[in-house]
Amino acid sequence: MKIVIVDESPIRAAILQEGLREAGYVDVTRIAEMDHLLKKIYAADPDVILIDLENPSRDILEQMFQMSRAVRRPVAMFVDQSDAASIQASVEAGVSAYIVDGMKKERIKSILDLCVSRFNAFSKLQDELERARSDLEERKTLDRAKGLLMKAKGLSEDEAYRLMRGVAMREKKKIAEIAQSILTAAELLK
Amino acid sequence: MTQSLRPVRIGFIPLADAAALCVAVDKGFSAAEGLEATLVREVSWSNVRDKLNIGLFDAAHMLAPMAVASSLGLGHVRAPLVAPFTLALNGNAITVSPGLHAALAAEGGNLADPVQSAAALARVAKARAKAGREQLVFGMTFPFSAHNYLLRYWMAAGGLDPDEDVRLVVLPPPFMVDSLAHGQVDGFCVGAPWNSVAVEAGAGVVLHCSCEIFSDAVEKVLALRDSVAEREPELVAALTRALARAAAFVGAPENLDETAAILARADRVGVPAEILKRTLGGLMRLAPGEALRPVADYLIIGDGRPSPTQAAWLYAQMARWGQAPLDLALRDAARRTFRPDFYDAALGAGAGRAAPALRTCCGPAFDENDIDAYLRGFAINRRI
Repeated sequence: MKIVIVDESPIRAAILQEGLREAGYVDVTRIAEMDHLLKKIYAADPDVILIDLENPSRDILEQMFQMSRAVRRPVAMFVDQSDAASIQASVEAGVSAYIVDGMKKERIKSILDLCVSRFNAFSKLQDELERARSDLEERKTLDRAKGLLMKAKGLSEDEAYRLMRGVAMREKKKIAEIAQSILTAAELLK
Repeated sequence: MTQSLRPVRIGFIPLADAAALCVAVDKGFSAAEGLEATLVREVSWSNVRDKLNIGLFDAAHMLAPMAVASSLGLGHVRAPLVAPFTLALNGNAITVSPGLHAALAAEGGNLADPVQSAAALARVAKARAKAGREQLVFGMTFPFSAHNYLLRYWMAAGGLDPDEDVRLVVLPPPFMVDSLAHGQVDGFCVGAPWNSVAVEAGAGVVLHCSCEIFSDAVEKVLALRDSVAEREPELVAALTRALARAAAFVGAPENLDETAAILARADRVGVPAEILKRTLGGLMRLAPGEALRPVADYLIIGDGRPSPTQAAWLYAQMARWGQAPLDLALRDAARRTFRPDFYDAALGAGAGRAAPALRTCCGPAFDENDIDAYLRGFAINRRI
């Protein structure tokens, strides 16, 4: 079975490709550039097309359903109402599948389930990266605010930290927010 | 009263004709109707359709023909939808590359007349074929869109077969201008503000505003699933009232600045307020370097009462181009997609203007009771 992945994100495509390979689908091609998309798809001649839903080019694929000289094989999206749960899960995960007519439903379902888990794994990975990045930013802010307090009030590092924590608790704010206001105030008073 | 608001998720595509929807939510008109509306910006019409279909959206900004096609089960999706409110009429334009524009002008004739410009296009296309050059390529936004039917209607009026003599390709609106600039397409038909963006970039010349070909033609509707509308008529009524109020707000000249500012936000349409203001105010620059000029009825926001006759007309275009077989049951299903009864229930019978009658630049008069005869009036068609 030939599978084409249309995804501009190289990491997500790689994660998906690896999952498909593990499941025994070895003939997987990725299309990353959206120009001449239909031409590339016809050249690859796939049985299944997977596309991420953040991709505006998805509407281009809809043209495959039109009677046209260019189309050699009819393609149907996996929107069989009997399998609404599968479809909902895939749309929520952010992936859509187009399949060649006559393909066995069970095979498609296994591919779609795999896509859902891989797409969800990718978003989790992204969330974690995002959290790590913002944690790092917070730490930097905290350190700079601590430094300012130590200098301005002659405090030790520990005292500066406890001062900020006390204010944060009293004002029911996050310590990072207090640190940020100290930096903003310092900037204004410069 | 502390009744909680009904949460509503509404999908939309960032276009100027989503104005009533954006204003209804951002000016609090939907909240005043007891709705806690969230607008979700989407990147493709397929996403909008599928998310509405599976219930991730309660309502959506939708291409009018897409709502009809979905109800009829054309293409590969069958999900009965209803449209209680027309969000916009007209608003599209056909833009061509400066090179093609020069070639058309060299053919002589009055390019301001769609029949003559199409005849010029037919001569240019046929000369290219004779010289063994590649066919002209035109972009449009979706197979079931006014853009597709506009291009086809116009080309065929000049004796050009849109399925044989040129190539029509689907392109997402944000890619239109680049594709024109890089010669991947020779022209396109798209909604505001992309034609203006092409002109500002020096990549295109506006050949026709859509109202010169189809006038008072339904462009976008608010669509809901049929089952939801039947189950929750009060939701439909609340949305309809909020949209009618928003459309009136958008239509008042003194609100132009505020409307443009709302639409300009990055999570709404996200293009400069100046271009939006111009679009909503009916001013167009047709070619690079030219002065702005008023185009009456370029884009009409509101006039919300849906016209079943227009739905039947859209169905006739689908039948003309082989997207649907000719069948009275299908015509009736198309008519049932547009629901003036919901509109009247929300706003009172006789609210708003009478449903506008669509006018076309040329071709036989439309008779919804004899679509067969209407279609036989066209020399070029692909009926199945």
